[in-house]
Amino acid sequence: MTLRRRTLVLAGGAGLAFGVGPARAALSPALVEAVQGWAGSAAPPRAGRVRLEIAPLVENGNAVPISIKVESPMTAADHVREIAVFTEKNPQLDVVRFHLVPANGRAEVATRIRLATSQHVVALARLSDGSVWQHAVDVLVTLAACIEG
Amino acid sequence: MATAVRALIHVPRQVRRGDVVEIRATIAHVMETGHRPDSEGSRVPRDIVTRFECQLDGTPVFAADVYPAVAANPYFAFALRAERSGTLVLTWEGDRGFRHRETTALEVT
Repeated sequence: MTLRRRTLVLAGGAGLAFGVGPARAALSPALVEAVQGWAGSAAPPRAGRVRLEIAPLVENGNAVPISIKVESPMTAADHVREIAVFTEKNPQLDVVRFHLVPANGRAEVATRIRLATSQHVVALARLSDGSVWQHAVDVLVTLAACIEG
Repeated sequence: MATAVRALIHVPRQVRRGDVVEIRATIAHVMETGHRPDSEGSRVPRDIVTRFECQLDGTPVFAADVYPAVAANPYFAFALRAERSGTLVLTWEGDRGFRHRETTALEVT
């Protein structure tokens, strides 16, 4: 038992290093396609401005708190229009899409999601100038959301 | 569905003009994904909230398109710059004709 627990801790540590390290694993083609479908024909999403906060090691995939913060003054001329979240290996890659307006004052949203297995979670923001920004986090899930019944 | 729907909304009190406040909303809902088999092996039909909206005095200030990957009893938090007092109307819509509406006051001093 002790050995198993230690293995898990090690795996968690590895996952953490993975998520923040520069040599991040590439996103799956299906995820890239889903992201492009949402982002449209504009330039591909750039890294930065968006911050997805999610625990790198999740014990229960049934309700995983996430929050997304976007650097934006939220003025009429420069604001976040939409925030989208996608997963890599859930049965359906779409998770949620938030619609914002300048009256929000801050581009910060939070919710709770399901994760079927360890995977990348991606948050994207579409700004009023049409640019799209993204942040991907690699998440290790020890107990998956029950999709098997 | 004769049972009453339970929803919780949190709006800060004593908000000063110009403050950016956090609005939080949770609603009791199973969020059945439509991906799970039941004990007979057939698929449990999808039953989720698909849309959440918030309006301040009739003006949309926040909306969410919701998919099965949002956890049961969906929780959403968002920010709002309080310029004046008003009425917040929150609505949830979903499968099987699910529809719920809550009204709460935003009091700005």
